[in-house]
Amino acid sequence: MRTTTAVLAPAPSEDKRWRIVHTTMRRHGFGPDALIETLHSTQEAFGYLDEAGLRYVAECLHVPLSRVYGVATFYNLFTLKPQGAHACVVCLGTACYIKGAPQILAAVEQATHLHRGETTPDKQVSLMIARCLGTCGLAPAVVFDDEVAGKMTPDEAVRHIKEWMNHEPR
Amino acid sequence: MNLDELRELAAQTQAQQSQFDHRIVVCTGTGCHTAQSEDVLKALEADVRQRGLTKTCAITGGGCRGLCAEGPLVTVEPQQILYQHVKPDDSTAILDSLETEPIERLLCDTNDPFFARQKRIVLEYNGLLDPEQIEDYIAAGGFLTLLDVLSHMQPTEVIDEVRRSGLRGRGGAGYSVGLKWSTVAKSSAASKYIICNGDEGDPGAFMDRSVMEDYPYRIIEGMLIAAYAVGANQGFIYVRAEYPLAVKRLRHAIRQAEKFGLLGHNIAGTPFSFSLDIRLGAGAFVCGEETALIASIEGKRGQPRPRPPYPAESGLWGLPTLINNVESYANIVPILREGSDWFASIGTERSKGTKVFALSGQVVHTGLIEVPMGMQLREIVFDIGGGIPDGRRFKAVQTGGPSGGCIPEEHLDISVDYESLLQLGTYIGSGGMIVMDETSCMVDVAKYFMEFCMSESCGKCVPCRVGTAQMYRILDKITRGEATLADLAQLEELCDMVKHTSLCGLGEGAPNPVQSTLRYFRDEYLAHIVEKRCPAGVCTITREAVLL
Repeated sequence: MRTTTAVLAPAPSEDKRWRIVHTTMRRHGFGPDALIETLHSTQEAFGYLDEAGLRYVAECLHVPLSRVYGVATFYNLFTLKPQGAHACVVCLGTACYIKGAPQILAAVEQATHLHRGETTPDKQVSLMIARCLGTCGLAPAVVFDDEVAGKMTPDEAVRHIKEWMNHEPR
Repeated sequence: MNLDELRELAAQTQAQQSQFDHRIVVCTGTGCHTAQSEDVLKALEADVRQRGLTKTCAITGGGCRGLCAEGPLVTVEPQQILYQHVKPDDSTAILDSLETEPIERLLCDTNDPFFARQKRIVLEYNGLLDPEQIEDYIAAGGFLTLLDVLSHMQPTEVIDEVRRSGLRGRGGAGYSVGLKWSTVAKSSAASKYIICNGDEGDPGAFMDRSVMEDYPYRIIEGMLIAAYAVGANQGFIYVRAEYPLAVKRLRHAIRQAEKFGLLGHNIAGTPFSFSLDIRLGAGAFVCGEETALIASIEGKRGQPRPRPPYPAESGLWGLPTLINNVESYANIVPILREGSDWFASIGTERSKGTKVFALSGQVVHTGLIEVPMGMQLREIVFDIGGGIPDGRRFKAVQTGGPSGGCIPEEHLDISVDYESLLQLGTYIGSGGMIVMDETSCMVDVAKYFMEFCMSESCGKCVPCRVGTAQMYRILDKITRGEATLADLAQLEELCDMVKHTSLCGLGEGAPNPVQSTLRYFRDEYLAHIVEKRCPAGVCTITREAVLL
């Protein structure tokens, strides 16, 4: 028995993770201003935003789908594509840039045959760039699966990623 | 919680703290965290347990000590010993040395100019408070200022005090904080909002990150005072999602403040009520612009709108809204605690107080520093920063991020304040300070910033959307050695056009790195264009380009 009118839209699937998304929307009173928080919560739960999810969020928050899509594509952190099991983020902040980040990025791109924003066909590794991690004191910095590593070199970064590529899927 | 209860809690916590003979604080700030300081913390905790010292030696995590390059840093109190490059294995030696002499090989000299020349107001606790313990902050005098203000000062008196202090916005533009407050206060709207801008997007800037991570209570207290002064009952802290630790600590701090009755209804038994929420950014640089930030809080694309009306008149959901930067709010408590005259006595004629800078790039001591306004740039780079590593030659300091410019060697003696930097064609900005040496190519640096602005342009106004792309195209051509003097002339024309016709600060500031490098390093541009060579050896100029 539903008590709130705003929950009329059915979740895209039986997946329990939709409950987390629902909770976020409820906490914000199903208002349109909950959109960004809801997209964060959806991406955190599923790893990316798919069309069914965007439609669900649009209906629950009474926001046109076009606006949901507009917001999801405006902000850099939202992704509409599934990400790899591992993520390598090369920081291209100013301090990292002048201390050799472009060389690190080039080496990693060459080793993985990926461009920034792409994922290997086996969905093992995603390569991304960051505008600034705020770890300028230890530039150049690279993030390997949420762990920030400072004073990085091209060789070390490639070695790290090769380890992922040669191992069993996570 | 009223004043008496607060004092009692402070006394209790102090008494608990004094039971320990020693207190070892491991820096868990951004830099040290990256250098695996958590492992050092765990090792020390385990050793203390094993030795049965848990009653005499307290081990805690603390905030940033500033010298990020030498981390992990560990402080031993009450001796005030600072150790650098500490490894988990060193924990035994540190505990062994508590009653004897400090460990020579790990010692970090706190009399070094890096520490001695700084003046810490925003970072006054030196990272020695546990950022996740509200009691720690209260024991250090936290929230006393708030309760004092609520019970003894009228909102107008608070605003007058802030205005007299001369505090100017620390987000970059440098508008008088007191004036902004009084505009919002004057509005008769029934509902008003206040916002803390923690969308620190400038690449090379991490001051606000550190303040949010280390002193979340200080920001909350500053915002409470601001809300009381302008008559707002709801506030938001807008934080970049790229700063997960800051988000976590702020959320925790808000919950604790609510638990202690320092946020919520009828704070300290007064009629004043205030609630505070966090809103996450999602990776859009333009959201640092106040109207774009407001759109983002409303759940929309972060696109700016023309001003006026300014947010102080019509902001969040069309209501009067006060927006200040993290560092601005962090200055409020000391101003009201020590008085506006004290604050106004620090700094220069028109730039009061201190400024926190993120010192990075080709400099020996990279890290976070806080200096009085008006300090010579040379002193910052060569005394505090320790100069350029490996005997290389200084070239320039870049300030103000993608809207800023660079300061060459001949202006190293400049006083670092709002006006002086503006005269040189750059900004204090939010506080990024990136030192470059002879290995940096200034055309390449200009291209770097233009690429940034081009990608981060929200696309709403044409000059910024199209202009940044065209300027980037020309800069790219120059770095490849394929440009002509006519291209350079067109670049300068575009700079002028984009600067004067863009809708918001992103577009208006985008040409700055180009204009600034052209002003001081025109010869480098000409070397690429006329001589087809990159003096710093950074840009790859092909044989084909040379023969062009």
